[in-house]
Amino acid sequence: MSAGGEVRGKVIGVNGNMVSVQTDGNIVMNEVGYIVSGDKRLKSEVIRIRGNVVQLQVFELTRGIGVGDEVEFTGEMLAVELGPGLLGQIFDGLQNPLAKFAQKAGFFLERGIYIDALSREQKWHFKPLVGIGDKVTAGDYLGFVPEGLFEHKVMVPFRIHDDLTVSRVVPEGSYSIEETIVETRSSQGKAIPLTMLFEWPVKRAIDVYEEKLKPVEPLVSKVRLMDTFFPVAKGGTYCIPGPFGAGKTVLQQITSRHAEVDVVIIAACGERAGEVVETIKEFPELADPKTGRSLMERTIIVCNTSSMPVASREASVYTAVTLGEYYRQMGLDVLLLADSTSRWAQAMREMSGRLEEIPGEEAFPAYLESNIASFYERAGIVRLKNGDVGSVTIGGTVSPAGGNFEEPVTQATLKVVGAFHGLSRERSDARKYPAIHPTESWSKYRGIMPTEHVEYAHEILVHSGEIESMMKVVGEEGTSLQDYIVFQKGEFLDAVYFQQNSFDPVDAAVAPDRQIWVFGLIIEILASKLDLEDKGNVRRWFYQLRQKFLDYNGAEWNSNEFRRLETEIRAIVQSKKLGIDPKSPAILSRH
Amino acid sequence: MSKVYSRIESIAGNVIVVRADGVRYGDLAQVSTSFGVSLAEVIKLDEDLVSLQVFAGSRGISTGDEVRFLGKSMQVSYSQSLLGRVFNGSGEPRDRGPTLSENLISVGGPSFNPTRRIIPRNMVRTGIPMIDLFNTLVESQKLPIFSVSGEPYNEVLARIALQAEVDLIILGGMGLKHDDYLFFRDSLDEGGALSRSILFVHTASDPVVEGLMVPDISLAVAENFALDGKRVLVLLTDMTNFADAMKEIAITQEQVPSNRGYPGDLYSQLASRYEKAIDIEGLGSITILAVTTMPGDDVTHPVPDNTGYITEGQFYLRNGKIEPFGSLSRLKQQANDRTRKDHRALADGMIKLYAAYKDTLEKQSMGFQMTNWDEKLLRYGELFEDKMMDLSVNIPLEEALDNGWKILADCFEKEETGFRSNLIEEFWPRV
Repeated sequence: MSAGGEVRGKVIGVNGNMVSVQTDGNIVMNEVGYIVSGDKRLKSEVIRIRGNVVQLQVFELTRGIGVGDEVEFTGEMLAVELGPGLLGQIFDGLQNPLAKFAQKAGFFLERGIYIDALSREQKWHFKPLVGIGDKVTAGDYLGFVPEGLFEHKVMVPFRIHDDLTVSRVVPEGSYSIEETIVETRSSQGKAIPLTMLFEWPVKRAIDVYEEKLKPVEPLVSKVRLMDTFFPVAKGGTYCIPGPFGAGKTVLQQITSRHAEVDVVIIAACGERAGEVVETIKEFPELADPKTGRSLMERTIIVCNTSSMPVASREASVYTAVTLGEYYRQMGLDVLLLADSTSRWAQAMREMSGRLEEIPGEEAFPAYLESNIASFYERAGIVRLKNGDVGSVTIGGTVSPAGGNFEEPVTQATLKVVGAFHGLSRERSDARKYPAIHPTESWSKYRGIMPTEHVEYAHEILVHSGEIESMMKVVGEEGTSLQDYIVFQKGEFLDAVYFQQNSFDPVDAAVAPDRQIWVFGLIIEILASKLDLEDKGNVRRWFYQLRQKFLDYNGAEWNSNEFRRLETEIRAIVQSKKLGIDPKSPAILSRH
Repeated sequence: MSKVYSRIESIAGNVIVVRADGVRYGDLAQVSTSFGVSLAEVIKLDEDLVSLQVFAGSRGISTGDEVRFLGKSMQVSYSQSLLGRVFNGSGEPRDRGPTLSENLISVGGPSFNPTRRIIPRNMVRTGIPMIDLFNTLVESQKLPIFSVSGEPYNEVLARIALQAEVDLIILGGMGLKHDDYLFFRDSLDEGGALSRSILFVHTASDPVVEGLMVPDISLAVAENFALDGKRVLVLLTDMTNFADAMKEIAITQEQVPSNRGYPGDLYSQLASRYEKAIDIEGLGSITILAVTTMPGDDVTHPVPDNTGYITEGQFYLRNGKIEPFGSLSRLKQQANDRTRKDHRALADGMIKLYAAYKDTLEKQSMGFQMTNWDEKLLRYGELFEDKMMDLSVNIPLEEALDNGWKILADCFEKEETGFRSNLIEEFWPRV
């Protein structure tokens, strides 16, 4: 960070994590200041300026700060470091690397300690892509270094909008991130040396691309209910609202493991530390099925768990999305999983309360909606200047108070996302996981399955649900055999396709090929007219079929076991099949 | 530093304001009144106006009373001599024993570095099938019991405390009825556990604000014992009283309330306490069991609602039983794959069938014809409630698992249960 500001001030008030400071100098909104309290320098951000009094939110516990303490302003907005070495790291909301933090401070997150996000010592093998005389500007590739699986592109800092002329390039070789690798001249003839490291303010979207495209290509999560019924597109957005215990975090964890993307960024925002630990400890051991390398090599964790200071929680989602945009600029597909955006919204609410702003609904600030919208708008698939395409997909969980989706955060989120995976307490109570509600959820994106198939299954499901609620009124005896069969078909679809056993090594992640194949078989079963004479038989027959299908779901794709079970399933179906639903030939013929 | 101020500018609720210099946020002060000396904590600084919350309450405080700043934040003594002792919410003895002042430690310290945590793996056995089998409690878990007044939640807490294999039990009581305090003390005594217990008790008759410090003090002590290699079980009852005390202060401070009068930072406040639950590599652990009473049996009330989002599951205690629905141990997966291989599947499968039984009950109550399948479910539900849910059942996990299969075999055909075939082959009781 540049030495920038010489501006100083004095603390005149402390209220929770908000500190009021008197100063005479020029202050930038959202600039960073340090409160000098005893031997500690506590990082803070300017959130309101009124005359010569400035309010700062402090990214640390404020205990011990007193009236009269000195404040040093930096003149720079809160920024993150960008460069090779981000992948595989675990940061807090302010990009402090937590593993190094522990080496320095021990078990606890002691106050006032800030550590460089990226190692200054590590050497990277740089291979230049530019030559002397080339003109370069923001986001252009200067060269690349290998980082894990990728060629990490070394770019011109995104803040340089001038056309720079390359005057010297270092030969291919090992360099640390602070060494000059390319020397340039600005259009005014000023020498501008470039390194692999630069900063970007987290609250501004990175915008050095040609155009934003429409998200169309499906992002495969290997969760059947998502891929088949409520798909997400690369560069799209989705949200997972749900009451506590409905499985939001588990669903995010599963996605973070199995999703077919290049880079996954997990923003654990105001949630349990224990859940982050599972990821931290397990990811290095798990192999990415696509590449065979450790999952950690494609993952960045930004964790500001619930007991960590609330102001840095507010910053953490911006830190995470900025890192995502950075890798997008290299033409990669990035998935950002934010858990939970409600905690982020609550952080805004806490600060708004301390600022004594006029509260909106449930005391959330009036700018809640626009802040949520502008966060999700940072997702997108973009065409870069060199023609490559990169994307950032954002999936955020929402933790609505009382599990009621009518609350402000859920509603503001639903307005801006492209898919809604609503989790239901009813389904999780009945241990039906993932507990995504199959009729209330929606998606505006196209998935991997033929639309007719999905619509047909959806129709049966809705019909089955109607029959079920009717049955609660008229009883099983008042339901026709035909309706009862439809009801059982819906139940069957739910049990063998919607529900997925995340602890089963095979069932946990289902590749698109298998999904398409199995869903085809299910459509055939759903479309069959069945020769079953009474309800007892119907139930027994479906239970028998379900049993086989669950075993089938647990069998390795295309193994002998898999084929044997499929033959058996087909035999069971054939034994009672009279024909097919007259509406369905068109659908089946497409399979 | 201990300058004395003898002019109190304003008194509102339990908050007093004095004009003072050199005071730091979070510092303690002593307020001397005609009723004795009380501790107070700095909760706001505005130029030279210092707001303090008075632990003993503001009743009887005169604007001319003395305020002496101590120049330090809340601390508590940490040593082996805490064992077997009872303290109040300010950390002063309640049992006529000596005041402890050696080895003072700070209360409410910074949060643990997540990278230094380990994944918890050890099951805490309780002998209660609804916990052991269906929602296994795991060492270092933080778990509340959601209940309503009148339910035997303190009894359950005491029973788990006595059966759990831990080195140390710390009880933090907030707004505890005096009878309940005596109940805990006597249960621990009869169970032979009092000598490895520490009690921080704030009773319903004590000033409300004093209860605010109980979780912090209890957990600060627990944290130090855990760092010394001890496995500590912390019992907190009742966290709703704690939240209500916070609400009271927030409203006195004219903070904008967020939901039913509770302050906007309720979630963060609760989380910073619960997150102290931890398993430290090579050292000890803290497991937290807390009681949260739900006003009006309403789980969407802000206190249980926020708690549910923080803790690793919850037990619902209703009508003297731990409810199978809603009750959840999020960490059970860490432990129930290493107990017995049918554990996980049996737990899920039996609950699914119990849910079906509940549907049948509903049908029955509406007067519908019961099918053969319904009859089976009804029989199953009855056996399940008798042999699994009844709190008087006290058996080891393995016996509970065997009982589960027996109940299933008593009621159903194999394929009606929805288990994978290999499990059925191995565990279905042979007649």
